[in-house]
Amino acid sequence: MKEPILKVSNLSKRFGGVKAVDDVSFGLEEGGLLGIIGPNGSGKTTLVNLITNFVRPDSGKVFFKGKEVTGFPPYKIVDLGVARSFQMVRPIHKLVAFKNLIIPLYSPRVKRLIGGKYGDRDEIAIDLLEEVGFERDSLVPYKVAGSLPHGYLKRLELARCLAVRPDLIILDELFSGMSLSELASTLPIIEKIREEGKTLIMIEHRLRELLRVIDRLIVLNFGRKIADGPPREVIDNEEVRRAYLGGEVAESA
Amino acid sequence: MTVSYRRERLDRGVKARCDDIFALSSYREACYLWLPRVLPVAFLLLFPLFKEVVGLYWAKVLGIACIVALLALSWDLIASVGLISLGQALFFGVGAYMSAYLNRSLGWSPLFAVPVATLIGALFCTLLVSPLLRLRGIYFVLITLVLPLFFLRVIEATKILGGTEGISGLTYIPNIWVELYVPVIAVLLVVFSFRRLINTDYGMVLRGIRDNDRTVIAGGINIHWYKLQVVFIAGVVGCFAGAFMAHCLGAAAMSMFSIDYSILSLTAAIVGGPGTFAGATLGAFIMVPLSEILRTFGGLRVVFYCVILVIFIVGLPEGIFHYIQRKYHQFERLVEVEVKR
Repeated sequence: MKEPILKVSNLSKRFGGVKAVDDVSFGLEEGGLLGIIGPNGSGKTTLVNLITNFVRPDSGKVFFKGKEVTGFPPYKIVDLGVARSFQMVRPIHKLVAFKNLIIPLYSPRVKRLIGGKYGDRDEIAIDLLEEVGFERDSLVPYKVAGSLPHGYLKRLELARCLAVRPDLIILDELFSGMSLSELASTLPIIEKIREEGKTLIMIEHRLRELLRVIDRLIVLNFGRKIADGPPREVIDNEEVRRAYLGGEVAESA
Repeated sequence: MTVSYRRERLDRGVKARCDDIFALSSYREACYLWLPRVLPVAFLLLFPLFKEVVGLYWAKVLGIACIVALLALSWDLIASVGLISLGQALFFGVGAYMSAYLNRSLGWSPLFAVPVATLIGALFCTLLVSPLLRLRGIYFVLITLVLPLFFLRVIEATKILGGTEGISGLTYIPNIWVELYVPVIAVLLVVFSFRRLINTDYGMVLRGIRDNDRTVIAGGINIHWYKLQVVFIAGVVGCFAGAFMAHCLGAAAMSMFSIDYSILSLTAAIVGGPGTFAGATLGAFIMVPLSEILRTFGGLRVVFYCVILVIFIVGLPEGIFHYIQRKYHQFERLVEVEVKR
């Protein structure tokens, strides 16, 4: 078996008396698309925060490309090639949409990978926005980020992840709050990123859309991993049904 | 049916406002763009020439206004990464004492003492502040408030660096023209380079840190390193102001660490309008002459000063510069409105 690009072993985090993430382990092969689902408060976002070290784990280890990255400062983990989006969108409100991307494009990682002088970055930024579905010829890329609708901000988060040219992208509820038409246009983007050979982890509530793209599914409940495997098998799992899915399985399967 | 009037505001066309090639299509548009920049610069450069007319006193007030403007600019730069400082006096005092020490104890002329004090002082302040940069919000504000006062008390208690007497008998700036023109040129240089800096890609990172620091981290950027750089640049400007002032006064006194300088630079930036650099400068050129004019009121000076400050802050919370800028880019005219009864 190939060396996994990301390996998480026995990660745990407590917030007071609550076990937000409890002894979670998994490995992820390069080029895979992993979905993580779970009821509200089951520790999905905390797991992302632990992997990227925005929150320090109580115990457990994270390996990226065979190298231990536990306790690395978050920017350093991004520098190695793990990009993440935020569930609650975090744009730079006062900057124009495409200028938001100047920041990741200015990072040491991007400078190392593509170089780039002043002036080029604006062009790259607008190209990236077009890639995630901002109409190039409209005014949208030139609008102040604080004034953009939620769906655009979600895709701006995606563009920010892509800007650092990552090997692994972790998307925290990218689809939530998107309209159906926005979803329809975003799914092909995900597939395209996938074809480029990038590894993805998607945390989602929108199961129907998620099942169309993922090839592996992990279910969290009360911080514990209760199922892991091919999506169809996982959603047929008795425990998963009881914990989370309820009636929706029959509908989507 | 009666006719009444209503005031209508219109933004000027983007064409005239952008610095693009269109802007130069007529003299009117060129003037529209360049006059607000050229006039203040010309005023600053010409004012000292008329020192015989206005009196040396007011020429020197302009110099002090420039020094305060430098401190306000350094405050504004630190604020541009979201760090609110109440301790600009730290830069001011460190610069002054550093240059005074080099001048008195090592016998360096101000020509060398000021630049060296500027750089070493800024480096010293940056190292000192470095562990505090991880603090956010009110915690950082409180610590910066304490730092200059800490030095004040250390000098008072241990009697190092001349104790309460300060270090006096420094070499004065030899030439009156140098004394008048160096601060003016320094202010112009700093305003225009800061305004340029904040719009470069580097400046985007700084503005990003102010708005949403975790997003910047998620972009793979070490924000601590950027904050350090900003504190250093602000430190260079602040320490220069202190070092130069010490040689103008011929002494480095404990009062240079006092809270007055922190507050003066802060109010200049707030009254003028933070975030634009030009605003901070404008604020300094309003507050300093104002406090000089109010001198005639003797004891009531501070009262009047406070009242004016309150009026400005309550009346124009965005800052004078933002207000003027907005009005400058707007037409205002009366239009007839028909009211049907």
